[in-house]
Amino acid sequence: SSASLRILANMPSRTIGRSRGAIISQYYNRTARLRRRSSRPPLQQLCHTARPSLRQYDLETDPARATLEDKRSLLVKELLSLSPSQRSHMLLNVPLSLAEKRTLRQELSGQRGPLRQHAQCRAPSSLCGWSKDYIILVSLGYGSAQQLSGALVQAPAPVLSPGSLSLQGCRGLWYRLLSLLPAAKPWHYALKQIGGRFGSSVLSYFLFLKTLLMFNIISFLILLVFVVALQAAYPPASTSPQSFTGLELLTGAGYFTHSLLYYGYYSNVTLNDPCASSPNDSASPLTAPPLPYNMPLAYVFSVGVSFLVTCVLLVYSMSCSFRESYRVGSSAGDLAVKVFCAWDFKVIQRRSVKLQCENICTQLKELLADQQSRSRSLSLCQRLGHSAVLLLAWALSLSTVLGCVLAVHYFSEHMHAVTWGSSERQQEAILLVLPFMVSLLNMLMPHLYNLLATWEKQDSPVAQVYVAICRNLILKMVVLGLLCYQWLSRRVVCSTEECWETCVGQDLYRFVVMDFIFTLLDTLFGELVWRLILEKKLKRKQKPEFDIAQNVLELIYGQTLTWLGVLFAPLLPAVQTLKLLLLFYIKKTSLMQNCQSPSKPWQASHMRTVFITLLCFPSFLGAAVFLSYTIWSVRPSETCGPFQGLENIYKSGKTWVQVLEKSNPNITWFAWVHQHLVENTFLLFFVSGVLLAVIYFNIQVVRGQQRIICLLKEQIANEGEDKIFLIQKLHSVYEQRER
Amino acid sequence: TCEAEAARAAMGGSASLLPRETLGEYQELTFLSKQEILLAYKRFSELLPKEERENACSARVPKSQILTLPELRANPFQHRICRVFSTSDDRDDSMSFEDFLDMLSVFSDSATSDIKSHYAFRIFDFDDDGTLDRKDLEKLVNCLTGQGEESRLSNTEMEQLIRNILEESDIDKDGTINLAEFQHIVSRSPDFARYGGLQW
Repeated sequence: SSASLRILANMPSRTIGRSRGAIISQYYNRTARLRRRSSRPPLQQLCHTARPSLRQYDLETDPARATLEDKRSLLVKELLSLSPSQRSHMLLNVPLSLAEKRTLRQELSGQRGPLRQHAQCRAPSSLCGWSKDYIILVSLGYGSAQQLSGALVQAPAPVLSPGSLSLQGCRGLWYRLLSLLPAAKPWHYALKQIGGRFGSSVLSYFLFLKTLLMFNIISFLILLVFVVALQAAYPPASTSPQSFTGLELLTGAGYFTHSLLYYGYYSNVTLNDPCASSPNDSASPLTAPPLPYNMPLAYVFSVGVSFLVTCVLLVYSMSCSFRESYRVGSSAGDLAVKVFCAWDFKVIQRRSVKLQCENICTQLKELLADQQSRSRSLSLCQRLGHSAVLLLAWALSLSTVLGCVLAVHYFSEHMHAVTWGSSERQQEAILLVLPFMVSLLNMLMPHLYNLLATWEKQDSPVAQVYVAICRNLILKMVVLGLLCYQWLSRRVVCSTEECWETCVGQDLYRFVVMDFIFTLLDTLFGELVWRLILEKKLKRKQKPEFDIAQNVLELIYGQTLTWLGVLFAPLLPAVQTLKLLLLFYIKKTSLMQNCQSPSKPWQASHMRTVFITLLCFPSFLGAAVFLSYTIWSVRPSETCGPFQGLENIYKSGKTWVQVLEKSNPNITWFAWVHQHLVENTFLLFFVSGVLLAVIYFNIQVVRGQQRIICLLKEQIANEGEDKIFLIQKLHSVYEQRER
Repeated sequence: TCEAEAARAAMGGSASLLPRETLGEYQELTFLSKQEILLAYKRFSELLPKEERENACSARVPKSQILTLPELRANPFQHRICRVFSTSDDRDDSMSFEDFLDMLSVFSDSATSDIKSHYAFRIFDFDDDGTLDRKDLEKLVNCLTGQGEESRLSNTEMEQLIRNILEESDIDKDGTINLAEFQHIVSRSPDFARYGGLQW
């Protein structure tokens, strides 16, 4: 009946979404709870229901029954008792309209006392306030002119807002600066274009590229400041430089061999050493004492520090994205999540919107069909057949990996034999063949794996994507592992060179350049030519899809090469930076002209976690292991580089510590720390033990929370039954009354 | 002050300025930065006819004009968005500048997932009754899959889908999804905050 329906419509759980009074009373409850609990941190940040427990229910003091003005004044009273930062946080998060929030704010500032406000008005115009506006003006001018021309702006007068006392004003300035930084980002408009047309999943590739660019720029700056610039200022006794032919850009040899690009150029002495200059110098005593700079130490420390900084940044971004994508208690069944979170609001072009609708429809239909087929359990025969197909596919892919590795091994031996009897120019050209072959394999094999995946027909399309990524990654990492072994053992490659580190650096340079060339070729053939073929020959409306997984793995591969080569070619991060910059524009142009958005289901943030994890674990970890092994166990060459004649690179650090000890007996503690903490393995075991304990503790906490979630769900279901019972009673009461 | 005059002259024309106290207030009460608020002001006044641009702060833009914005033009939820954010008394879905700012604030990248899910619930609640019942869910799925005939779900598929959704998300088993249940479901997906952001 209509009366009962009216009562039902006014139930708290139904009005919270839409009535102002309900929202205000909900937030009154939240602030009251916040105030009472402010001494200890809240166990849960979110508090979803605002239904008061019936035991404490009192009709007189129930805030839900008051009028709107009463509710508002109650809320204002509660907000006044909070600290200013909590208050502004609360106001920001209340889901009311802006007009309502302004009324609340005015009531708050009115009630806080006119005297205090007056005192704040009279506060001297803070430098922070003035510089705030100045920075806004500057950034407005900095932002792209087409967007902000004619933007309406205030004259740079000091801004006085209540609460802008000097310390808070400076903090506010810092927050404003931080909020302005994103607006001054490069490529902001280009990324918006890409997101608007292709959605968040393709955008994640370009954001990943930006992250890699940042890593490379940081490494490059560290090496530039501490190693490269100083060596450039104090060039060693130069050997006669060879003439510059164009081939150097590809091979990295010839003119580049004795340049800042490679390890062999760097000196092993202390630059600008005062002891080395003669005591009978005629220099006037007023010249500043030269600063001695120990180049070998600087070299190994800079490489170490750049790796450490990269490691910290990687682990930090990995933990951030993992925290975003992992949820406690997410059980099976994600159809509801897919429906509610499917719509990507970033897509704004009409054609792309239509495409997105079609994609969502296809995905939903696939999921529903999947569910139907899963509910029909497979017979034993079919299951065996399916497992056999899976095993066969994996065996095939692993054997192709083995085949590729053997091919690369024998090919490099063959190439080495061929170089014995050929001219100088021919030798340099032959050096390019191995990188060419490796890049060719890396380009062709993934297509094979894609074919394999379509034949295999995995359970879910997401699993298909993950399996393809896995196989591709195994191939790349195993081939790189073989190459690392060849470089370090030097039985085949660089066995004849005196300065083997420069030779390895050159090899890595060639690999990086060849990888870039092949990426360009892949873009050209895979996207442009394929689109032309589809349009002209096969007359299909579809454009080729942008293969996100393949492209991301190419980026990770290129970055691994750079990290492997930093020790041997300190300027390699600069080369990689240049490569990434060019790649951004080329990929963007090709994307806009030739591709359509992917039809496979991609969860953008889940993918971001996967990319960063792949970058951290096989890629960075492998490079770090390679670097550690080189520093600790490999004998450097006798005649070139900063570590000539030493037993291993680590010795340079050790001898420096000993020299320090001898020169200054006050810092024996440093040597003690070094000996007992760095060289002793007990510390490592202890730290691992502590880490394992922390992990175990966190796992138990998660399990406990899952159990609590189950109990709470049961409780809610019981309350729901109560509600249905009462509604039915209500219906029957009204029906009886009507009769 | 003469500085203000100079700035006005530099910008040219009779461009009206946003009062500085309100700019500060807007920045404190929304998730937008000052720069974004100024940009929004510019875009909002462009939607108004020339005569009304002086008092853009108090003018209301009719729904038809709002729907010409490129970000909303092709969005299947455009009507619901206008209805939810509009505070007009005549229920004609016209938006004032503050409503416009509200909309930008909720859709900005720095808005919390709580706020976004609250407003998403209101957008998806097609009949404005405070819960998502079967009819609301059906309309939602039809919006998502598009208006074309080929890309609609069949009746059986729709039934199956709605049954699954209610099974997964209706915790108190009353046949509808209320705000708390919706927020619980959506908090499971980290993509929600990412997808629910419009880049202006």
